[in-house]
Amino acid sequence: MDGNNTIKTTYREAIKQAIREAMKKDERVFLMGEDVGRYGGAFAVSKGLLKEFGEDRIMDVPLSESGFVGAGIGASLNGMRPIVEVMTVNFSLLAMDQIVNNAATLLHMSGGQLNVPIVIRISCGIGRQLAAQHSHSWEPLFAHIPGLKVLSAGTHEDARGMLLTALQDPDPVIIFEYTFLLNKEGELAADAGAVNITNAKVRREGKDISIITYGAGVYKALDAAVELAGAGIDAEVVDVRVLRPLDNDTIFNSVRKTHRVLLVEEAWGAVNVSSEISARITENVFYELDAPIQRLGGVEVPIPYPKHLEEAAVPQQNDIVNKVKKMLQHD
Amino acid sequence: MYVENEKISKYTDARVKLLYQMMLIRRFEEKAAELYSKEKIRGFLHLYVGEEAVAVGVINSLSTDDNILCTYREHGHALVRGISPGAIMAEMYGKKEGCSMGRGGSMHLFDKKIKFFGGNAIVAGHLPVAVGMALAAKKQKKNEITCCFFGEGAAAEGEFHEAMNLAALWQVPVLFVCENNLYAMGTAIRYTHSVVELEKKAPGYGISAATVDGMDVMAVEKAAKEAIEKVRTTVKPFFLVCNTYRFRAHSMFDAELYREKSEVEEWKKRDPIPKLQQSLFNENIVEQRDIDEMNKKVEEEIQRAVDFAEAGTWEPVEEITKFVYSENNA
Ligand SMILES: Cc1ncc(C[n+]2csc(CCOP(=O)(O)OP(=O)(O)O)c2C)c(N)n1
Repeated sequence: MDGNNTIKTTYREAIKQAIREAMKKDERVFLMGEDVGRYGGAFAVSKGLLKEFGEDRIMDVPLSESGFVGAGIGASLNGMRPIVEVMTVNFSLLAMDQIVNNAATLLHMSGGQLNVPIVIRISCGIGRQLAAQHSHSWEPLFAHIPGLKVLSAGTHEDARGMLLTALQDPDPVIIFEYTFLLNKEGELAADAGAVNITNAKVRREGKDISIITYGAGVYKALDAAVELAGAGIDAEVVDVRVLRPLDNDTIFNSVRKTHRVLLVEEAWGAVNVSSEISARITENVFYELDAPIQRLGGVEVPIPYPKHLEEAAVPQQNDIVNKVKKMLQHD
Repeated sequence: MYVENEKISKYTDARVKLLYQMMLIRRFEEKAAELYSKEKIRGFLHLYVGEEAVAVGVINSLSTDDNILCTYREHGHALVRGISPGAIMAEMYGKKEGCSMGRGGSMHLFDKKIKFFGGNAIVAGHLPVAVGMALAAKKQKKNEITCCFFGEGAAAEGEFHEAMNLAALWQVPVLFVCENNLYAMGTAIRYTHSVVELEKKAPGYGISAATVDGMDVMAVEKAAKEAIEKVRTTVKPFFLVCNTYRFRAHSMFDAELYREKSEVEEWKKRDPIPKLQQSLFNENIVEQRDIDEMNKKVEEEIQRAVDFAEAGTWEPVEEITKFVYSENNA
């Protein structure tokens, strides 16, 4: 990319600028969540926004996840475009009733009358030693629910762009953000903005194997691909991005090109997004495969506190490299 | 009780023990902050500095049969209950010798033997659990009560209201202790509660309540004793609100943008430690020499805890799937 047309920015700043842009463009948009205002956001994402937009549009709410997510649903039914922030995915479980029984269901129950244009941002991820009640990768729980659109912002581009498109969507959209990426710097087009929220995206072209991943796996897979290139392996990296509804075409096209698949995600191994993608590949493009599909998922344990166990609980760059080498019998 | 008698046995006045415990918690927390900046402790770390009088006043009034449940801000409670400083420190290091085998860290301290049921980091998540424990005690006609600590932020959660209702409905022996430190992370109580006099929430559920100055350990102890006595004799829930203040940030990630330094300074004038010290001076129960000696003992105890944690070991990665199902815990 031309250096003049790109900027360096952190993932945190990318989200913040997306919120700012959305608030400026549309009077109906407001942000609500625990500590988004006076505290500056639990992860400092909304720092300064209270001052810029005032307390009617940057609303601190009490500890009442079910209450304020429900209120966000109500506001969206009645003409507003709320961005509701749930501090971490663990606490989203307290709002699960609202998300599943109301947000995802109202349109259907009302025979198409009541659409719920709410955007719920949930931070998640593993890697900051926050132990078993503050770090998990539960995207699959949400990806299971018809009626929701579930997005995973694994890159700076998506951190900057997904929110804007999600706010245009008539239905509830959940966006997963990754706390351990917040400080990470990345390059963005200077005019970066809204992005497509329907397709998966090939983040790196390759011909030997498709590493299919999302969220926390994207940068790890890209780094692994660089390392693998050094060993003469040309890996393609597919960022699924949209976990519901899944974009089969982009995934299948990659399989048709490389004929080998490694699925990577941090969520627990059993019954995760990779399970679903694996099944779809088998059902639809099985004869394109030169080898069995392989998966790397989270170890089936609540996330342990000590660093060495936390690291061992989710796939790392090393694991990806080793697995790919083994699949291509380069070890 | 952890504080070994020999250290303070020469003092007949029971208040000296309370003072010693508060001093121990204070230094323990300061040490934890220091070790956090050295990256020995990681993850979330929530300190109890300023609020010591609450845990000390309440837990000393409980019996060893009673159950205790706490939030993630529970080092002080764990110390008073009797988890050794070494086992807590090792837990915060993530070492195998920690009171939760290192798996939990600062927010998840457990010791079933002494009926310390954690360290819960989902705000208000432990309140229904406390009600259930009390229900079980009632069904089994045990004489124990269950004591559950939480912040005023938790009192906005649905689980608080559900737990209050159930406790009253079932008439179970649970003592709800609300540590009202005026802030839930960075959000002041006036932005989170329509009625800030929290004790007023209890009568709606048919629960008796009291409010106490949580910066005064003797007042807390008196109020706690009365409350505990009521819970035990009536076999009904009770709601005790302790008005207190945290002197330090919510956690080590908090830049404290939401309050004035002057407000913190104002509250520091009500620091429970010098306050009790002064009354003991005034009554000639201790003199500066005694305080110096106690400080030295605190320092030694904490150094031993740090040494213990440093000498601790890492659980082998091969054991990562332990503690998921009971059968493979061997
Ligand atoms: C269900 C849930 N929501 C949000 C959080 C994040 N969080 C942790 S502590 C806290 C503030 C709680 O305040 P309070 O109950 O008053 O207790 P304090 O920390 O002041 O002791 C918040 C919002 C959480 N841990 N659990």
